[in-house]
Amino acid sequence: MTFVGEVLTLVAKDLRLEWRSRARINATLFFALLTLLLFSFAAGPAQALQAANAPGYLWLALLLSSVLLLGESLRIELENDSLEALRAMAVDARALFVSKALTNALFCFLLGVVLVPVAVGLYGAEVKLGFPRLVGVVALGTLAIAAPGTLYATIAVQIRARDVLLPLLLFPVLVPGLLASVRASSLIMQGDPMDQTGSWLLLLAVFDALYWILCTLMYGRVIED
Amino acid sequence: MKRALNIGLPIVALVLVVWGAYQGLAVAPAERMMGEVYRIMYVHVPTAMMSLLAPTVVCIASLAYLMKSTRAADALAEAGAEVSVLFSTLCLVTGSIFGRPTWGVWWTWDPRLTSVAILWIAFIGYLALRRFVDDPDKRATWSAVTAIIISVDVPIVYFSVKWWNSLHQMQSNPSTVDPRMAGPLRINITAWFLVFLALLWTRYRIGRAEQDREQSTPTGEPKAVLRMSS
Amino acid sequence: MFVRLVDVSKRYGGRWAVARVSLELDRSAVVLLTGDNGAGKTTLLKIIATLQRPTSGEVELFGVRALDNLKSVRRRLGLITHQAHLYFDLTARENLLLVARLTGGDPQAVDGLLARVGLADRRSQLVRTMSAGQKRRVSVAKLLLQRPQIALLDEPFTQLDPGGVELMEEVVRELRGAGSLVILATHDIDRGKALADAHLTLAQGTAESLTKVAA
Repeated sequence: MTFVGEVLTLVAKDLRLEWRSRARINATLFFALLTLLLFSFAAGPAQALQAANAPGYLWLALLLSSVLLLGESLRIELENDSLEALRAMAVDARALFVSKALTNALFCFLLGVVLVPVAVGLYGAEVKLGFPRLVGVVALGTLAIAAPGTLYATIAVQIRARDVLLPLLLFPVLVPGLLASVRASSLIMQGDPMDQTGSWLLLLAVFDALYWILCTLMYGRVIED
Repeated sequence: MKRALNIGLPIVALVLVVWGAYQGLAVAPAERMMGEVYRIMYVHVPTAMMSLLAPTVVCIASLAYLMKSTRAADALAEAGAEVSVLFSTLCLVTGSIFGRPTWGVWWTWDPRLTSVAILWIAFIGYLALRRFVDDPDKRATWSAVTAIIISVDVPIVYFSVKWWNSLHQMQSNPSTVDPRMAGPLRINITAWFLVFLALLWTRYRIGRAEQDREQSTPTGEPKAVLRMSS
Repeated sequence: MFVRLVDVSKRYGGRWAVARVSLELDRSAVVLLTGDNGAGKTTLLKIIATLQRPTSGEVELFGVRALDNLKSVRRRLGLITHQAHLYFDLTARENLLLVARLTGGDPQAVDGLLARVGLADRRSQLVRTMSAGQKRRVSVAKLLLQRPQIALLDEPFTQLDPGGVELMEEVVRELRGAGSLVILATHDIDRGKALADAHLTLAQGTAESLTKVAA
């Protein structure tokens, strides 16, 4: 079977599994929405302050709920040693990584797409440069979360302190990706007179490319040693 | 030779640190703008340097482990990570103390400061990971992968924060400061470098000793080969 | 040569789960593997399956170093373990179709195999909702789909009803007849001996003996 064939077969399997347990995805979505709500309580009722911080709150909510998605997506592979079964069937480790990370990126992205209008409405923010661009940032940003996130989740689910360790390992690494996502989002939402969005998107794209390549290459060692 | 290194290196390092402190506190002149307060630079600048050198050691050792799977590389990586956390802690604390009177704030989102803070927390995560994995091979591989992910991250953190916001004086090194300050600074950098080496070497030896306890083959003679009789 | 272990040891939780096992299994046979609980049977099988790396020693399968040829070696291995190795939120049929796609097996054969293991009317049922014995039957169908040249069976008879045990025995004979090597770990020594050509005993991680089983 070709690499692409393996990836597609595995993605199809993951999508089917996620669909069967869609209650979990729904719960994650409501967790994310709840987080957005809590941020506005933390910020106080001042509308202007909430609107100014909207991009940051959006990304924090997305990041926190993504961690839940990542942990779950790898937990189902450990449940009946399915990961071991895939290894035993000589599935290419890189195909395994790419398929898992793609599924995770997709679900984080969908989560983001739902959160964007809610955040805009809830915080009374504007989107001066239009929603399509903002959705583009969400796509790049969730790709940034998915690559190191999938690799670290694979490690974390196999050890005792999985729930603490995943964010402890993942968040520091995601700082540049998060920073770029928040900056790009806030420029798109609040206007970009100096035309800086492009450079933030470039930074984000470089981050994505680096980590997708690096994690794909190292995944074999992570699951085989 | 080894013995000289084990005992001699820490002693030389300690003596130099004391001498460096004397030079920095008593011999070097006061600074024109900052007065006496600047003297913390004699600790801050060397620890800042070591807090970047230590992760470099971890990164190289981790790459070596992923390529050759030698346990010595893993021990060196672990030693480097612990030393890294120590020096980034010192760097952040002295930096805060330095920043308060000179910039008026304990903390600022300066690219170098932020990079060191990220390194600090990332290597704490790295050390936590090591604690939670029992299998020595898995522990070595997973932490090597983690170290490489962190190493790739740090330059990106630096540049992203630089774009985001910048406020920090030019780096202090002997060529940019008053010649009467350069001498003491050089001594302090050398002293802290030796402290770094002494800690790294000692921790590395402890790591190797721990590995020896987790022996790699059972004791006794190899058993006879069992074959199927025809 | 099917399996060659050269001084293989595996350290696990501060003790040696497998200690200095050297073993050569050079032809098609059913090898019964016995030993007390904790003797290292499962670890040894996982090491032969390339799923666990030995702490020291060398594993050769089909004449090549296993860890350097994972892909080609694993294509010719099949195993039944304590864990089902199935996705519980997929149906029996979906699980087998996934195996067929990933290992180059014949998807057309899936329905026939499910019928053979007695799950024809349950093929569209989620594995999660099946009984332990039924899950085990799905694993047997998976093994038949893979037709491995080395089959590693860890306690395959547990949780099966008498009909299931008979099926399992039939599968072992079939694999043997097709020229495969079957390593069968079980506490049911009489049943194992009735199937086996050779008997390998483990005690505290060490291989004690490999003897011929009288027909």
